[in-house]
Amino acid sequence: MVNLIQASNINVSRQGNKILENVSVVVGDHDFLTVIGPNGAGKSMLLKCLMGFYAPDIGEIRKMNGLRVGYVPQNFAPEHTMPISVRRFLTLRRKTEKTAIEEVAQETGILKILDHALFELSGGERQRVLLARSLLDNPHLLVLDEPAQNLDISGQLGFYRLVEKIYEERKVSVLMVSHDLHLVMASTKEVICLFHHVCCSGEPQIVAKDPEFISLFGNDMATMMAAYQHSHDHAHHDNHSHES
Amino acid sequence: MNLEPFLVNAILAGFAVALITGVMGCFVVWRRMAYFGDSLAHSGLLGVALGFAVGIAVNIGIILICSVFALLLLWLQQKKVLATDTLLGILAHSALSLGMVTISVMGQRIDLHSILFGDILTVTRPELWWIYIGGTIVITMLLMNWSSLVLMTLQEDLAQAEGIQVFWCNLLLMFLMTLVVAVSIRSVGILLISSLLIIPAATARQLARSPEGMAIIASLFGVTSVGLGIYFSFVLDTPSGPTIVASAASLFTLLTIYLQVIKKK
Repeated sequence: MVNLIQASNINVSRQGNKILENVSVVVGDHDFLTVIGPNGAGKSMLLKCLMGFYAPDIGEIRKMNGLRVGYVPQNFAPEHTMPISVRRFLTLRRKTEKTAIEEVAQETGILKILDHALFELSGGERQRVLLARSLLDNPHLLVLDEPAQNLDISGQLGFYRLVEKIYEERKVSVLMVSHDLHLVMASTKEVICLFHHVCCSGEPQIVAKDPEFISLFGNDMATMMAAYQHSHDHAHHDNHSHES
Repeated sequence: MNLEPFLVNAILAGFAVALITGVMGCFVVWRRMAYFGDSLAHSGLLGVALGFAVGIAVNIGIILICSVFALLLLWLQQKKVLATDTLLGILAHSALSLGMVTISVMGQRIDLHSILFGDILTVTRPELWWIYIGGTIVITMLLMNWSSLVLMTLQEDLAQAEGIQVFWCNLLLMFLMTLVVAVSIRSVGILLISSLLIIPAATARQLARSPEGMAIIASLFGVTSVGLGIYFSFVLDTPSGPTIVASAASLFTLLTIYLQVIKKK
């Protein structure tokens, strides 16, 4: 099996500060990685290095040949000064068939807002549009940087459910920075807890018990994670219709 | 109205400048570069002074000084000590004052009024060439990189993820702004260039449904303003630059009143 991205011992410094220290990450086929960590821990930097925005000072990043990445960035707040429709935004820089646009719009639930102005959209709609744009290229890997940051709780639930659906149906890999671990627990295969270096990583329930995780996020977060994991397990025992 | 040669030159110059500033002005409005454009134009006076002092073409002087200004600004921004508007204020007014001092030290008789407010009715053939060559570069570069620049304006990271060289695109925009300033100074003057960038684009925003549409409508409003401005300046014997800007402002006001007050009723 070929890994999509393999980063070994990467180090990045900015203005004398170490942002990333000996970080190693492997994104495999149909993987689901969630990166968590306090603000300023280097999470976005890690994503940007893995996507090739910046080369690490030390270390190596290897990518699968012909890897296509769909990216959902942080802080997407289109201003009303630019008149642009969702449809035009999706096709910017791309020659895309009308049917392809409509298929992706159907998949992400934005069919009704295709001709709306981009700046009018609600937070949730905006994230779905970004997701739709990232899917147009038929990516192997989806990279999402705190995609549900500014959404209300039902918006968060809806968005993560959509990501899960895409993960299952398209068999893509997902690499996501998210603080809403309790919401993505069900699909996350591996959690990477980052604070400049990788504090701990592994399956969610194992990470939740790690002393380093508890010292970073406190007992409450660990308990909450354990609780969500627990109830999720029960859901699976009770109802086997959901394959995983 | 008899079309005398100077009027033909004025119209040829004005329409070209309106086309250029209409398209460029959209980016100024989208990217909040209004104060940057204004400051750049202010620093242009030092360029004019340099041109006279060293004996090179004034346009070259402006491009040189404005480029130095832009690079200096980029460098200072990286330092993250002061806010951009503070930096712009310092740079712009220092350059403006230095320009004035240089001009008076040289003791040369320069028509300051026409530099500050423009004098499109005295544009010469060689100056027309400057406008058309500079304008062609600006429009071509903007059109060639259009989608990339629009995407970068919406979200820089997204643009970078798709392989757009964001740093160079930013630099390109800055350089194109210096070109716009250099070719527009003769028509509307240092003090009024940014209004020709902002007002037509702001007027167009109220009608446009797409980025391209906004650029086209902005250019049309710019051309109309220039046409009206030259006409009234000729008929009423008023300074051309301010008359052009006053025309643009009138169009903006009329449209805004129509859309916001009359149509909303």
